[in-house]
Amino acid sequence: MLTIRRFEERVVVDYQSGAIPGIVHSYIGQEAVATGVCTNLRRDDRIISNHRGHGHCIAKGADINKMMAEIYGRKTGYCKGKGGSMHIADFSIGMLGANGIVAAGLPIAAGAALAAKLEGGDKVVVVFFGDGATNEGEFHEVLNLAKIWQLPLIFACENNGYGVNTPVKVATGMEHVSERATGGYGIPSAVIDGNDVVDTYEAAQKAIAGVRTSQGPFFLEFLTYRWRGHYEQPGLPDLRPAAEIEMWKQKDPIPAFERRLVKKGIATQKTYNDINAQVMGQIQQAVDFALASPLPAPEDALEDVFSSPVK
Amino acid sequence: MRKITYEQAASEALIEEFRRDPKTVHLATDIPPDLRAEFGESRIRQTPIAEASFVGAAIGLAGSGFRPVVNVRMATFGFVAMDQFVNQAAKITYMFGGQARFPIVYRMTVGASKSFAAQHSISPYSMYMNAPGLKIILPATPYDIKGLLKTAIRDDNPVICFEHMALGMMEGEVPEEEYLIPFGQAAIRRKGTDVTVVALAKMMYEALAAAEDLAREGIYVEVIDPRTLIPMDKETIKASVVKTGRLVVADEACITASAAAEFTAMVVEDEKVFKRLKSAPQRACGRDVPIPYSPPMEQYALPNRETIKTAIRQTMR
Repeated sequence: MLTIRRFEERVVVDYQSGAIPGIVHSYIGQEAVATGVCTNLRRDDRIISNHRGHGHCIAKGADINKMMAEIYGRKTGYCKGKGGSMHIADFSIGMLGANGIVAAGLPIAAGAALAAKLEGGDKVVVVFFGDGATNEGEFHEVLNLAKIWQLPLIFACENNGYGVNTPVKVATGMEHVSERATGGYGIPSAVIDGNDVVDTYEAAQKAIAGVRTSQGPFFLEFLTYRWRGHYEQPGLPDLRPAAEIEMWKQKDPIPAFERRLVKKGIATQKTYNDINAQVMGQIQQAVDFALASPLPAPEDALEDVFSSPVK
Repeated sequence: MRKITYEQAASEALIEEFRRDPKTVHLATDIPPDLRAEFGESRIRQTPIAEASFVGAAIGLAGSGFRPVVNVRMATFGFVAMDQFVNQAAKITYMFGGQARFPIVYRMTVGASKSFAAQHSISPYSMYMNAPGLKIILPATPYDIKGLLKTAIRDDNPVICFEHMALGMMEGEVPEEEYLIPFGQAAIRRKGTDVTVVALAKMMYEALAAAEDLAREGIYVEVIDPRTLIPMDKETIKASVVKTGRLVVADEACITASAAAEFTAMVVEDEKVFKRLKSAPQRACGRDVPIPYSPPMEQYALPNRETIKTAIRQTMR
């Protein structure tokens, strides 16, 4: 959780300074979701992520050096600088890629879940998406497919209240998007405080255990909030009410968890400070790694169009 | 040699490859009965009519180590899943830096001529040719569909197999013993010395008929079937044009921004080939209209042996 926060804070700073090109979508505020879910996953379980995907990658165990190098557009990045912030993947740890098109990862996740089912083991697939994706046709197609094929698929919906700048209330005709999964497609669901990492962990643990024993798909709706705008763009006004942003900042999942650990005597303020210092060191190392890495050669653009060269 | 239909040849290709590789999976709204009987319902899956979901699911299967074959049926239905074809399947190998392989075969029927009207008639291969990352095959004979489909299933990339709807029941010689046809090898269907006609899919047969007619007039036409569009066998076509000095491209797709335009550009851009041209290349293609329903209009919208002959004569003037 802390690694995600510090990673994202650094990405924002380095983006604003011009060191990082392109566009980045900050995950700050939503860390408890990726952390609570992915902590319950095995290495061979698979996840599919979306445009706001750095947190999911880190929580699944991705190498932050390779992530930072990718975001910096370096040759040593996860995708050799071809994907950038929105397309980080690490197939070796079951991270089957972030996706820049809203809801487009859902059909791919259904295929990965079908693969898990055909393999015959107890692997599961988690697909992360936002409330905005639930108005896309693919979302509904995949809920249906997951149900009729009883796929080992966990729908992890991060309801952060806004699809770009459109409030959920404007875009969606019901209070909870999970009602669509349960009422419309017969998929069991739960609504969870997405800012309480113990809640997200326990809800995901229960859901994943059920899906693992072939009880079909499960839908988790996490109520959370992104602190920053839809994406980083200097000068872009944030249209959301300031009081609302402030209210959610008070519900920051990280100090809340820290207070809980201190109160229960599991950790002290010093433990937190030590971990934070260690994480800050790792983030600096990742940036150093990225900066020390070469940029791709221009003609590297011609490689990897196909997995084998075409004559 | 025995004769079987185009559809039977395609089915044989699938059966042989499904026997060979247990990681193959079939997704389609219609169940192919012979495949279902042999390989069961978990591998031969019936999908809802929800193209985006099953076109995309194939990508997830492939990225997880399987080899899906998807029958989308008509290419007009494929547009419903265009994001999954263009933004996902075509780009996924590249944007993840080549770290994973996506072996997928998507089959779609193309073409017109049966009064199916605009939303069930189209030949959209050039749209997909404009999305780097997809291989595109266009088999025109039973022999070719079997050999090319087998190669497609073993390929480690997304491959789209476009099959002309008029060819399904066509019979042709197909050997009993196994064979594969590599991608990027055009077939010279008829040798000639005066004009090179590159003819796609069903137009290959119209071009052969046109060549037969013109031979009686002393015009000798070389007919080339490219067989695959991506990769494209540029060398065979260029060598033929160097020999004949004249080029006609015949295809049913609308003429604007077409595969025929790409073949023509590829030939004239080559300085050596360009210098050998004796006349301006011509295209005998579909007109730029949605395919109309009523037979006289539909026939008018499409090229045929007569329009191909007109184009050939134009290059001979």
